[in-house]
Amino acid sequence: MKGIFRHVFFFGIMVGLIVLVGQMQSWNLALSILNLCLISSIMALGVNMQWGYAGLFNVGVMGFAALGGLAAMLISMPPVHEALAVGGKGVFFGLLILVATIAVCVFLYRKIAFPPLRMLLVIVVSIVGYFLLRSVLDPATVAIEKVNPAATGYLGGFGLPIILSWPVGGILAGAAAWLVGKITLGLRTDYLAIATLGISEIIVAVLKHEDWLTRGVKNVTGLPRPVPYEVNLQKADWFLELAARFGMDPVTFSSIFVKLCYGLLFAVVLLIVLYLSEKALRSPWGRMMRAIRDNEVSASAMGKNIKARHLQVFILGSIVVGIAGAMLTTLDGQLTPTAYQPLRFTFLIWVMVIVGGSGNNWGAVLGGFVIWFFWIEAEPLGLWLMDVLTSGLDTDSALRLHLLESAAHMRLMTMGLILLLTLRFSPRGLLPERR
Amino acid sequence: MEDFLNAFALISNFVLVPAIAYGSQLALGALGVTLVFAILRFSNFAHGDTMAFGTMVTILVTWWFQSMGISLGPLPTALLALPFGIAACAAFLLISDRLVYRFYRQQRADPVIYLIASVGLMFVTNGFVRFIIGPDDQRFADGERFIIRAREFKQMTGMAEGITIKVSQGITVVTMIIVVAALFWFLNKTRAGKSMRAYSDNEDLALLSGINPDRVVAITWILAAALATIAGTLYGLDKSYKPFTYFQLLLPIFAAAIVGGLGNPLGAIAGGFVIAFSEIFVTYAYKKFASYALPEEWATGGLLQLLSTDYKFAVSFMILLLVLLFKPTGIFRGTGV
Repeated sequence: MKGIFRHVFFFGIMVGLIVLVGQMQSWNLALSILNLCLISSIMALGVNMQWGYAGLFNVGVMGFAALGGLAAMLISMPPVHEALAVGGKGVFFGLLILVATIAVCVFLYRKIAFPPLRMLLVIVVSIVGYFLLRSVLDPATVAIEKVNPAATGYLGGFGLPIILSWPVGGILAGAAAWLVGKITLGLRTDYLAIATLGISEIIVAVLKHEDWLTRGVKNVTGLPRPVPYEVNLQKADWFLELAARFGMDPVTFSSIFVKLCYGLLFAVVLLIVLYLSEKALRSPWGRMMRAIRDNEVSASAMGKNIKARHLQVFILGSIVVGIAGAMLTTLDGQLTPTAYQPLRFTFLIWVMVIVGGSGNNWGAVLGGFVIWFFWIEAEPLGLWLMDVLTSGLDTDSALRLHLLESAAHMRLMTMGLILLLTLRFSPRGLLPERR
Repeated sequence: MEDFLNAFALISNFVLVPAIAYGSQLALGALGVTLVFAILRFSNFAHGDTMAFGTMVTILVTWWFQSMGISLGPLPTALLALPFGIAACAAFLLISDRLVYRFYRQQRADPVIYLIASVGLMFVTNGFVRFIIGPDDQRFADGERFIIRAREFKQMTGMAEGITIKVSQGITVVTMIIVVAALFWFLNKTRAGKSMRAYSDNEDLALLSGINPDRVVAITWILAAALATIAGTLYGLDKSYKPFTYFQLLLPIFAAAIVGGLGNPLGAIAGGFVIAFSEIFVTYAYKKFASYALPEEWATGGLLQLLSTDYKFAVSFMILLLVLLFKPTGIFRGTGV
């Protein structure tokens, strides 16, 4: 019972804190914190699968979340017909060549037994394939980027409902995870960490620089929403009536209403993911995963295929992160490649999992709430603290200005310290795994 | 013949010289990573930010020297400030070892725990550096800028293409050779170095024969600090100093260490050059080179660039994946698979 009490206690405090923000600052702020808490929790659940169930260290959460964001954009935006007309064919054939090259390489590698010949052929095929790809893709992308660059200059998407992008984001992230996992799992844990760091940097670099795909640093704004727009709500009669019944200003109420709709959608996803993770963790599969994590040698001696199980759980975790990434971009309503920073998307999620309690799904959810809440509220707090600390100095003294300016970097340090302290003094987190 | 020489000069100027300098910097960085791996058996994610920390102290001392009017004449003042940077960085690493890693060593924790701790330390260091010096570009190079300018080279040889060698590139290569020679002398000839190698080969046997593990670990951190600070300062002199760039250097440095074989110092040096040369070879635009090297009829309109410089990190990543796929122990057999 002590475990249940702990769970209720901490979640109670969290609810209290959000209500407090609602009362003290504004309900709008409280709800936007809540929405991001929900998304963070889902991401933390994904990382918890990898770390908590299996002991895999993924330093590339950012990349998988970015793939989810890309999916949100690709699925929801209307296609740009002009760009498709000039470059659609080129991009299509380019992708075809890419797939064909990889397939031929894999085929040759599998079929030829004589190593030097095998290597030579694979190298020749991949070089030829690369130049073919470039010769088809380059003119197409140049043409696409020339189509009204100020407004579009990219291919656009499929123009489907944005909710569809959540599973698609998961699939994209899962595919990237398969690529990395297939190569690095089974080697030292360090290699997985380094490779995930690498792939996440590359994914974000692609989003930033491939203008024909994502408009690069020009951002894609105005993604269609899964929920009503505030302006439309303010014109609807039923909504005005509802606002009058609550005695609230329709403008404020509309933005709260929209945030509530988002919150509801996210909560549904969180509950589904949480339910499935709990079910999995309590099933024979979950016990096997923990057995592998705790002692690989004996699990392997019992006939468990360690590498395959690791690959499986790594892909599953990445899928969840990808779904959360798509949800985040849906909430933002725009794809901003420059916003993907390792601190915000990799490290923060890790702190959530470690502080919440690795191996315990409820812990990951709690960690998502707690850390996101303090991440947001720490900025005004830090500024205020710096202001108080430096109040003895002149208002325009160089030191004081420098300290106030640098208050933002304190968040980095604080989060690092929280991680190190938790890891050292309470490695099982706020809500320890049940044993 | 003239065309051939011009093509060679062009390649030297834009590929060979920068790649040798960049390779030296990566090699020094990878040596630090590989030493920590050999002794403490984890990949130190904080190494990039350790470089940023050491370089930051060097920059601050350089500014102080510059304000006092101390300089090295044609050489950058930063060289004079380097020992201070190394000392501060060594102190920083020893303190962080005492506060963070020592506990896990006593616990005999899993390597992945060290890994997470090093990521935590990476962010603390990163925040600290940004807090003190800010996230922006800093310039601290002074003294002469060039050993040979392209114009002088052209006058000297009468060729159409010139070779520029920056002072920072010359210093990088000379320093790298000195540091590597000193390091190998230390590892192979001194008692402390031999005890380090023994500890790396077989920890239990080393402990049995009376080697003090704390001493070995402390020496490792001091060496790592020296290598990181030197690599960081040379990189900062050659390009520019920006804390985030040093975080991004982590990937090529790891790739270099793994390509050479984690835990193998010779491999780290080779790996650094492999990564640097591939990165610059692949991202260089060969248009002008082709105009010299190929017959005129073959001329094309494109830049003839294999990969845009935006993706230079992808090069080290691809090499990393290929090595992990086909030869996970690296070119020179490392310790860890």
